[in-house]
Amino acid sequence: MAALALLAAAGPARAEVRLAISCGALGIELSLCTEGVARWERATGNRVTIISTPNSSTERLALYHQLLSAGADDVDVLQIDVVWPGILARHLVDLAPHVDDAPARHFPAVVAANTVGGRLLAMPWWTDAGLLYYRADLLEKYGRPPPERWSELAETARIVQAGERAAGNPRMWGYVWQGRAYEGLFCNVLEWLAGYGGGTFVDEAGQVTIANARAAEAFRTARGWIGTISPQGVLNYDEEAARGVFQAGNAVFMRNWPYAWALAQGEGSPVRGRVGVMALPVGTDDGRHAGALGGWNLAVSRYSRHPAEAADLVRHLTGADEQKRRAIQASYNPTIPALYDDPEVLAANPFYGRLRPIFEDAVARPSQVAGRRYSRLSSLVWRATHDIVSRGVPAAPRLERLSAEIARLARRGGWGTEP
Amino acid sequence: MTARETGARPPAGREPVSSLDRARTRAAWLCLAPMLLTLVLVAGWPLARTAFYSLTDAGLSELGGYAFVGLENYLLREDGRWYGVLADGLWWRAVGNTLLFAGVSVFCETVLGVVIALVLDAGVRGQGLMRAAVLIPWAIPTVVSAKMWSWLLHDQFGMVNDLLLRLGLVAAPIAWLADPDLALWSVVAVDVWKTTPFVALLVLAALQMLPRDCYEAARVDGVHPVRVFFQVTLPLIRPALAIAVIFRLLDAMRVFDLVYVMTGATDATVTMSVYARQQLVDFQDVGYGSAAAVLLAAGVALLTVIVLMAARLDLGGGRR
Repeated sequence: MAALALLAAAGPARAEVRLAISCGALGIELSLCTEGVARWERATGNRVTIISTPNSSTERLALYHQLLSAGADDVDVLQIDVVWPGILARHLVDLAPHVDDAPARHFPAVVAANTVGGRLLAMPWWTDAGLLYYRADLLEKYGRPPPERWSELAETARIVQAGERAAGNPRMWGYVWQGRAYEGLFCNVLEWLAGYGGGTFVDEAGQVTIANARAAEAFRTARGWIGTISPQGVLNYDEEAARGVFQAGNAVFMRNWPYAWALAQGEGSPVRGRVGVMALPVGTDDGRHAGALGGWNLAVSRYSRHPAEAADLVRHLTGADEQKRRAIQASYNPTIPALYDDPEVLAANPFYGRLRPIFEDAVARPSQVAGRRYSRLSSLVWRATHDIVSRGVPAAPRLERLSAEIARLARRGGWGTEP
Repeated sequence: MTARETGARPPAGREPVSSLDRARTRAAWLCLAPMLLTLVLVAGWPLARTAFYSLTDAGLSELGGYAFVGLENYLLREDGRWYGVLADGLWWRAVGNTLLFAGVSVFCETVLGVVIALVLDAGVRGQGLMRAAVLIPWAIPTVVSAKMWSWLLHDQFGMVNDLLLRLGLVAAPIAWLADPDLALWSVVAVDVWKTTPFVALLVLAALQMLPRDCYEAARVDGVHPVRVFFQVTLPLIRPALAIAVIFRLLDAMRVFDLVYVMTGATDATVTMSVYARQQLVDFQDVGYGSAAAVLLAAGVALLTVIVLMAARLDLGGGRR
């Protein structure tokens, strides 16, 4: 087997190379990826196998860990989250020599997030920020403006929910979001904190900042939603579960990433033409309307047998043409600022212009400072959140404890990024 | 039968050891050798490796570069604080959840399994079909049934809630998997659904081997059927039942797939296996995760010894 592979690599038939790429399968992500890859195949004559990966980003990272720790060459191009370059650094190829001046055309913040120790480990594919989706028709029906504050959101949600239930939809809920114990919950919590000016758990210097009164207030607000405007089941929802409820017409508000726009407005969607999208609310006057910085990037595995071809595939998929196609077809936010002025892109996503500051100034998760301890930090946050929001543990003392738990993480071996 | 064999066995150590005996012993070991070798390779080696790693600070992406840290992964006191698996509240929560899960699920499975086996054994028409039908949950891969049940139990689209709402048994849909008070019991219920057939089948096999004359005698004496069950049937099927319970108990102690798929890593349902995996894979901490895995293996081994001893005593009592 190995001998055969060697022969094939050494043989004169150098033209055709077989690569494998891992793609997500959220919504229509997989078919988008397939189409983009097919173009590259036609252009270069190479062949690419597409590997679909779990929807939960936490599980996806676990899969990558297992593959890469074993030095497996099964996957050449990896779709990685914006918080992973620090975690996976040792397994990834420096793309800088392969992509010329391409990085200069992308958002500098996203390129910076993908650069660890001076090495460009991934190219930005699309960027994400949490957004608030709302049912424009229902808000109009009940004469409510889109909410600027969390308190307004709760009040509107209560009114519409009660009205719609009385009008014959017993399944109506006010607000759905991502409460399952996974990375998505961390993003939701980070957005609440931003809206209350409650910090980002750990500041840039590595100091733990979570034990503050504003953060406690944010958590208390979220606890108030459960069972009143959010179903208790939201504590087991991921993106797709929340979208399922909202798109079926059973929720007034939803927190989700931009990809949900194209699907909610797509053909066959029960809420087509009745959806609005805006920045997430704030809790206090000086809070920030912020979405958590998400987004996915393409990296090349160090164990790839064809790194040059793999890098070329990355360059093709992250290029302006592909990003434009993905933005128009499926609302995947480009990482190339120039595309936000493109009339076709704007026609498909009218909110891009209005919400551009949200995308450019999304709030980053503390992955750079936490380095390889980020996964632990994140899971401590899920646990504390579930304690407060679902078990009714008092917020302030629980955040004190979370602060001690995080500090303890930092002390044992210290925060430290992968060498 | 067992009694006769035991009675016929010569008292150990008294018999002079003949060359024939020695040859037989040698042959026996020779025959056992492949099995022992396989065991060492597939069970002993991974276990030894895990135990070894539990004494190091190895990380998943740098398995080669580790340093020995002694028992630090298990328990360590530093700057007046305790560290290590044994000092982690979540670990003890996982231990509690696992024991609760194992105890309740195995109890329900045993009771239901015996009842189903008795019904199947009663000679109802279409027995073959029934037996096949009962086996279906057992035949479905666990991950598939876990996923299937997470949809059935879904708070908004789930069939279970729909049914309960239609019957007017609940006023609002119940969040089976998200409510921390219900999540573990939902997982237990799915496990009972899935593995009761296993117990039922083992018990049914035992029931069909029972001598019918005991029952005839009981009927002639006019003994109440319930008494017949407790005084005739149960003692006779006890060995088979003990085997079923041991298998189930050990399996339940390692429960992973159901919990992982249905609820993820929440405190309400975290089990020892889920905890160990999270440390090993999600957090990349092979040393710490191995320590948890070793503790899990030790716990299961201890439980096995206890259950085996209890079962043997029981069997002995039954023989007398």
